[in-house]
Amino acid sequence: MSEATVLQMIDYEAKNVALEDIDVSQRELWVQDRKWDYFARLRDEAPVHFCKDSEFGPYWSVTRFADIMEVEANWQSFSSDPAITIIDPEEDFPLPMFIAMDPPKHDEQRMTVQGSVAPKNLKNMESTIRGRVQKVLDGLPVGKQFNWVEKVSIELTTQMLATLFDFPFEDRSKLTRWSDVATGGPETGIVESEEQRQEELLECLAYFTNLWEERAKKGLSNDLISMLAHGDATQDMSPQEYLGNLILLIVGGNDTTRNSMTGGVLALNQNPGEYAKLRNDPTVIPSMVSEIIRWQTPLAHMRRKATKDYVLGGKTINAGDKVVMWYISGNRDERAIDKPNEFIIDRDRARQHLSFGFGIHRCMGNRLAEMQIKILWEEIQKRFHMVEVIGDPVLVPSNFVHGFTDLQVVVHTH
Amino acid sequence: MATVTFIEHNGIEHSVEAEVGKSLMQIALDNLVPGIDADCGGECSCATCHIMVKAEWLEKVGSPSDAEDSMLDLNPEREANSRLACQIEVGEIHDGLTVDLPEFQF
Repeated sequence: MSEATVLQMIDYEAKNVALEDIDVSQRELWVQDRKWDYFARLRDEAPVHFCKDSEFGPYWSVTRFADIMEVEANWQSFSSDPAITIIDPEEDFPLPMFIAMDPPKHDEQRMTVQGSVAPKNLKNMESTIRGRVQKVLDGLPVGKQFNWVEKVSIELTTQMLATLFDFPFEDRSKLTRWSDVATGGPETGIVESEEQRQEELLECLAYFTNLWEERAKKGLSNDLISMLAHGDATQDMSPQEYLGNLILLIVGGNDTTRNSMTGGVLALNQNPGEYAKLRNDPTVIPSMVSEIIRWQTPLAHMRRKATKDYVLGGKTINAGDKVVMWYISGNRDERAIDKPNEFIIDRDRARQHLSFGFGIHRCMGNRLAEMQIKILWEEIQKRFHMVEVIGDPVLVPSNFVHGFTDLQVVVHTH
Repeated sequence: MATVTFIEHNGIEHSVEAEVGKSLMQIALDNLVPGIDADCGGECSCATCHIMVKAEWLEKVGSPSDAEDSMLDLNPEREANSRLACQIEVGEIHDGLTVDLPEFQF
């Protein structure tokens, strides 16, 4: 397939492209934030849609809330093996991780680590998180322009991740880098080549192997590496599988909450009435946190593979087909959510969104994510009248990580 | 109608009149019983309506299906009498049913 023959969605209005030609995976739609009209059209006219050719090969798009729920709940018919994003794994560099496995292995490995972010543990982490948020916010240059992504969102999520891994704190920026490298190939500009990407990920593995050896020698403690090194289902993992699971935990704890932390600032700036609501009544924060997570949908999709022929929304998906559940579309489906294209911080049933996924692969760190964002906004409101966005955000060039590399802001005190 | 009682982790009891045929999750939501999040709206897909059934009621309530069982397994704080409230349809035979709420939903 040559570049020239591919219809570029970005050159057209969604309504003028033949349904069968629509390809919502095209990167430019995401870079320029033009995907919304395409998804709206698919939801209305072809909610279970087959794209016969794309950069990622043929795939089905599932775009309505209820259809996504149906796929999520049925892991027997829709397998997560071998990958959970639209891009196929590199054949010479497989990264097995439990999110991309089915039961029973998935359950065993997940159970080994999920206790680390269970609500009971979170209670103990709350004061640590609040102290760090306060320190980061107090260090911001009041009245001067800066990148919120770098100074706040990345800083806070990386600190959190370092704590969960009991990772050397002074080296924590490595975690951010590995997270970016894991989700971004050469086409995103994050690395120059696939070789460089693999090299950096092997450095990640080497670093974490030292930590593993150190933790394996000691008794079981409450950090993720220790849990993996001592867990029955994980202690004999191959190096690639260790790396795969590390990437899962790094990306899961980093790329997601980071982008909700930034997305909330942008959404409140775009909706001044909602920002006023927040100023008048900070008790709305827990509900606002759910709304921010719905609005941002920091992971835009998850991918499954049909294990058998399956009729969904009147279309027959064949065994072996790639099926992409677009959470970002389901979260804007008016059939399931009232006024889905409005950002409403005190909306009813705010928790009923798709951003954490549903079923056995549902986000393990959802409560930690909510707590971090809640504390962030509680502390922002104590200090700042407004976090003002200056100029346009720069988006991550990805149809998976839905987020920002740059959001210039100025903070104003009360 | 049947009366069912939810007991919060801190001991506060909520006895409510339950409409027969509805799920225990819906009954909790209808009566504003705190501590049931019901993120998926009753589809057995999130496990945020976790409750523990009092021992004397276990037989009448029955056991979880395979799908419910795998969702309950996600919760490290699962107990032997753990159930998802969305998967329990309340009938006349449940008049007097008492369940405990966990400290946190996972």
